Amino acid sequence: MSPAILHRPSRGGVWVAWLLSLPALAIFVAVVVVPLAMTVLLSFYDWGQYKGIEPVLIWKNWREVLTDPYFREMFARTFRIALLVTLISALLGAPEAYILNRMASPWRGIFLLVILGPLLISVVARTLGWALLFGGSSGVINKALMNVGLLAAPLPFMFTETGVVVALSHVLLPFMVLAVWAALQRIDVQVENAATSLGAGHLTVLWRIVLPQAMPGVLSGAIIVFALAASAFATPAIIGGRRLKVAATLAYDEFLNTLNWPLGAAVAVLLLLALVVVTLGCNALIERRYAEAFR
Amino acid sequence: MSRNGPLAIAFHSCIVAFMLAPIVVVCLVAFTPEGYLSLPVSAFSLRWFRAIARYPEFVAAFWTSLWLGALSSALALLVAVPAALAIARYRFRGRDVLAGLFLSPLMIPHVVLGVAFLRFFTQIGLGGRFSGLLLAHLVIVCPFALRLTLASATGMDRAIEQAAISLGASDWAVLRRVTLPLIAPGMISGWALAFIQSFDEVTMTVFVAAPGTETLPVRMFLYIQDNIDPLVASVSACVIAVTVVALIGLDRLYGLDRLLVGHGHREP
Repeated sequence: MSPAILHRPSRGGVWVAWLLSLPALAIFVAVVVVPLAMTVLLSFYDWGQYKGIEPVLIWKNWREVLTDPYFREMFARTFRIALLVTLISALLGAPEAYILNRMASPWRGIFLLVILGPLLISVVARTLGWALLFGGSSGVINKALMNVGLLAAPLPFMFTETGVVVALSHVLLPFMVLAVWAALQRIDVQVENAATSLGAGHLTVLWRIVLPQAMPGVLSGAIIVFALAASAFATPAIIGGRRLKVAATLAYDEFLNTLNWPLGAAVAVLLLLALVVVTLGCNALIERRYAEAFR
Repeated sequence: MSRNGPLAIAFHSCIVAFMLAPIVVVCLVAFTPEGYLSLPVSAFSLRWFRAIARYPEFVAAFWTSLWLGALSSALALLVAVPAALAIARYRFRGRDVLAGLFLSPLMIPHVVLGVAFLRFFTQIGLGGRFSGLLLAHLVIVCPFALRLTLASATGMDRAIEQAAISLGASDWAVLRRVTLPLIAPGMISGWALAFIQSFDEVTMTVFVAAPGTETLPVRMFLYIQDNIDPLVASVSACVIAVTVVALIGLDRLYGLDRLLVGHGHREP
């Protein structure tokens, strides 16, 4: 069918389109745009233990967030965790997507469900699983290893960055598999066959044919995983505990415990800005590098 | 015939074990007969499932989650379907901006949305109210409803509608008897995916919910912050069971990879 029939542009049509979009537009402007603008404004307000929130525009919170070593360390930790999680997800997720893609019919569907299914299971339940596996001396694996005598003391997992990284990698791995899987669907198997028939070994085919074509998927998966890891809340809060703060848990603390909303708003807005810059920057790089893959 | 070598199979088995281990251990611990965290070795017991009934907070939170998920997904569909039809069929100035705006909750970290909603709802007097929670969830599940409806609206054969028009059907009849039935699978899957997203959401909701409007994941999260015991494992096991049933249903109905990848990838 020609696009001309698909989208009959008529003068009345434009009005109909806006009319159809109006309910959604009204809700999104009122409940997304306005609250976000209010939050940016809030990050400039003053706050005091006794006077509460004062609507004056000052740089105090931003100066504190950008210069205080406490916040610098917290943001460094947040992005260090996110970077490690992204790396682990790519190293595990990309080969897994390739293996899944090569599976024969019934297994492929079953294992795709097994790997991607956890994406829809509550993050709290999945993180609880990691706490049960490794949590302190009562952790299932720690207890078993100590009973056998392989461990003298429980592995440090709870309240450590390692624990947060492992649990977050588990939570976010499906996103990487999904992105690489989507990229692999676009690859023509005949190219692999051609390479093999021309005498390329299996590793050469993987390295020279499959990987370059899967790379846009790996990179777009990496952006998704990085953004989600840097803004993750429940997993670092449960595994990291009250002392190992990341950006999201710190914002939560400021809003619901300390009640310094303007400072919490500055942390949240800074996180959003940092992620927007990273995401848009990487997207631009990828699109320039792999322009043909996105056509 | 599998084309994977033994090394690939071994790697794959490790990944599957990694993905399933925490989920399986939650389900096992939930059946422990002991009063503390342990794997059931000698006997399985339902005592911790029966114990859920003695904690009205969990039961109330479950019903809140169920209502919130069902209502917000239905409302999201109600605004997403017309918007999807507009975006799929018309080329107009601002079309890309609209699509970007409607999908933006996917890009904005939920903690930022939580902060923004908390400020906004407190200012307009909806703080901690169910109606505020409903609006917040409506917005975050809308992209899922929109994406799936959009996929079926773009993939639809417009010739069928034109046949109906040429046979004298009114606009309303075409919409009700042709268009909506044709995009119904996308709408149903969109609703289901939106429901699951709402049912599992914790990061944004933890900011907006107050005692009395806590959802199940929020209640579980706050409980785990204080202590971890077999009770919260049995609650999690129930949540996992509900999700797995929904998941298998969705996979049968729509195909999980198509559902999650977003754009309709058709099997040959």
